[in-house]
Amino acid sequence: MAALNIKVQQVFDEPGCEKNQAKGEKERKKGCTKQLTPGAAAGGCAFDGAKIALQPITDAAHIVHGPIACEGNSWDNRGSKSSGPLIYRTGFTTDISETDVIYGGEKRLYKAIREVIEKYSPPAVFVYQTCVTGLIGDEIEAVCKAARAKFGRPVIPVNAPGFVGSKNLGNKLAGEALLDYVIGTEEPEVMTPYDINIIGEYNLAGEMWQIKPLLDHLGIRVLACISGDARYHHVARAHRARATMMVCSKAMINVARKMEERYGIPFFEGSFYGISDTSDALRQIATLLVRRGAPEDLLSRTEILIRREEARAWERLHAHSRRLSGKRVLLITGGVKSWSVVSALQEVGLEIVGTSVKKSTEEDKQRVKELMGDDAHMFDDLPPREMYKMLSESRADIMLSGGRSQFVALKARMPWLDINQERHHAYAGYEGMVTLVQEMDKALHNPVWAQVRKEPPWHA
Amino acid sequence: MARVTVSRKACSVNPLKMSQPIGGALAFMGMANCMPVLHGSQGCTAFGLVLFVRHFREAIPLQTTAMNEVTTIMGGMDNIEQALLNIAKRATPEIIGLCTTGLTETKGEDVHGDLKLIRERHPELAKLPIVFVSTPDYKDAFQDGWGKTVTRIIEELACRTDDRIPGQVNLLPGSHLTAADIEEVVEIVEAFGLSPIVLPDLSGSLDGHIPEQFSPTTIGGTTVDEVRSMGCSITTLAIGEQMRSAAMELEMRTGVPFALFERLTGLEANDQFLRHLAALSGRPVPLKLRRQRSQLVDAMLDGHFFTGGKKIAIGAEPDLLWSLASFLSEMGCEIAAAVTTTHSPLLENMPCEEVLIGDLEDLEIRGNGCDLLVTHSHGRQASVRLGIPLFRAGLPCFDRLGANHRLSVGYRGTRNLIFEIGNVFLEHGHENTPDSWPLPKETAEATHESVAPA
Repeated sequence: MAALNIKVQQVFDEPGCEKNQAKGEKERKKGCTKQLTPGAAAGGCAFDGAKIALQPITDAAHIVHGPIACEGNSWDNRGSKSSGPLIYRTGFTTDISETDVIYGGEKRLYKAIREVIEKYSPPAVFVYQTCVTGLIGDEIEAVCKAARAKFGRPVIPVNAPGFVGSKNLGNKLAGEALLDYVIGTEEPEVMTPYDINIIGEYNLAGEMWQIKPLLDHLGIRVLACISGDARYHHVARAHRARATMMVCSKAMINVARKMEERYGIPFFEGSFYGISDTSDALRQIATLLVRRGAPEDLLSRTEILIRREEARAWERLHAHSRRLSGKRVLLITGGVKSWSVVSALQEVGLEIVGTSVKKSTEEDKQRVKELMGDDAHMFDDLPPREMYKMLSESRADIMLSGGRSQFVALKARMPWLDINQERHHAYAGYEGMVTLVQEMDKALHNPVWAQVRKEPPWHA
Repeated sequence: MARVTVSRKACSVNPLKMSQPIGGALAFMGMANCMPVLHGSQGCTAFGLVLFVRHFREAIPLQTTAMNEVTTIMGGMDNIEQALLNIAKRATPEIIGLCTTGLTETKGEDVHGDLKLIRERHPELAKLPIVFVSTPDYKDAFQDGWGKTVTRIIEELACRTDDRIPGQVNLLPGSHLTAADIEEVVEIVEAFGLSPIVLPDLSGSLDGHIPEQFSPTTIGGTTVDEVRSMGCSITTLAIGEQMRSAAMELEMRTGVPFALFERLTGLEANDQFLRHLAALSGRPVPLKLRRQRSQLVDAMLDGHFFTGGKKIAIGAEPDLLWSLASFLSEMGCEIAAAVTTTHSPLLENMPCEEVLIGDLEDLEIRGNGCDLLVTHSHGRQASVRLGIPLFRAGLPCFDRLGANHRLSVGYRGTRNLIFEIGNVFLEHGHENTPDSWPLPKETAEATHESVAPA
């Protein structure tokens, strides 16, 4: 546990994060996790975050060491897609009993690892610590080490029990596990000047596949995606990439920064959401690669691709302008990072009437004002009751949010679109932006709204 | 008679089981204006919440005491106190349900004691019922959590009285009944002129309806006053073995006798139920139900062509397994594999050779050569690998609409089930081809040899 505490302290002090660095010495140690309010908290735990971050490694087995709740209640519920192996969707858990709680669960865990390797023969096994097994003192590091020695296969401990903090912290601790046990342990067969890593992209709804054709077209190879549609061996070889793109969330910034420190791989923070952000990301990837020795024509080829694809996207987007112009959007996310999504929606004629800025920095808030004007409603925390009121009083025509507030909109008989991690549609890149606008058009113009808002005849 | 075995694997693969705290939380969700709380880390609540949202496609009221490392070691009383105060202030519930988790049970929290102190400190909570249930994750399963919670609600709220309200009956449905099932049972009971109090009543809260206004708590279900008046009922009808201890508790506490019905799927099972209701009410079985019985008999005749001789692999919690396996074997199916989550007195009587307390990997292995897989939505991967259809039964059902409006009890529900399952067999029916009847290899070789010398 002491080692875990040190680890948590380390990831809380993140030189790569501006928001973290802006804080005082003492405040920084508390990290970015706010103290949760009992009885008024929402969101997943650190284990959830760690699982989200690593489970997309599709050919590995992911064993959860703990009682049935941690895996039994949650397995196969994440939308990360695979182009090949499916073992990541198999739920493995030690499902510890009362006896294990009393006598310790280490032996059961060791046997579980053996069973999984014998039956499924994955290239690697990830073992997740949970609250109960953490509390009784099961040392998963020691068990993994013994199993690794015995079975001759990577067995990686992921020490992020739920009660150490939030989902975001779990993402970071998962990243630490990769840094400590995986990245740099294997060498790629061939290396090219066009090799990149993409970190913090989970291939939800297959979004990587909206980006990959662009990169393929430019001859850029994704050496490792951490961790969407990843293979264990690819992640192990990630240290040989020439550049890294850190996808907008700050969740795995520790991985990008430490890979820069250790292996000299430069990184930038970018986003594949929105037209201009996608173009910027492609430009930055090309620029970094050229700076690291890739032939210079990559830059001009990238520009040509951007020009063509932007034009193609805008043409398709503008086809919706007439139908969407003037519609009011309530945009509720953790904190909008992708300003280019907002600007693209505006370009199509949509009006953003409100947005949440819960996790946004001051700089972000300034950008909201620039884009949306002083009248823009910024909410730190919009309670569901208020959300419901706004929608039922028709102060917005559609809400874009995470699944959690889905029913707030639907029960108010208002259109709603899922833009969070459970979503079924892919919204990345140029294609994704077109899909988003198409989906909004479909949602807003579905004839069902007129029907469901009709008063029953006996109310008249 | 079945042999009951417990899987000896160290690693559970593709769990069938879910934890008992969320079974408990779901029972609380059948109470009106209620806020269930899990006493554990916020992840315990988040996972349960996502699971229920995906199954019911409804907003799920479920809170957490948000325990962290430090509060776990130091004791969670402050967290419980804060959670109760925050919920009472923000959500103004009529009742709060508190289930423990593996985390707080491992620590060994004295929640009873904590609640006593909290009540002393906060007279403003005096009138708010707070029902606490001990539900460690590492013991028992979902339906046990449900059963224990109903028992605890009764312990806390039901009172003994000499008053009896004529015609009032208590109805205790197990966790395997859907909202549609509960509505159906209520309709049947009402057809005899009886008026049931249902505990817990998911058909009021999670049946998917549009409430008049926004509510942070449950939007329907059994009221606290209704539970208090359960002692005035003439009898209790418990559906499913998991409700036995709750029904017994109610009888001991209030003197209201109970009758337990192991299942309400199948012809004879419903005949017994109606005979009981007729005796209880002194009324003959209504014509409507007699007609439904006749329709069911017809459906059984139509359906048996497709169910007869079929090999079925079922994975479900004990009470649901009992309902489905018993009925399917009555329809001529062979229960070739049965996997369940937890112990139950019913297991030994299952109409199959073996009942295994195990996971979906066990079911998949045993399902080889079967015609149909029956389990919750997590069976989808196994169904693809086995190349046999999946009939979704139980919770969670996240990849189909209307999970809570599926009806499989009563004559009508049983009829419905025959059609649904029969249609699966019809759709995946076996078509003969020119290669359907190849001669065995030995015959072919033997013939070949006899021809060869010539």
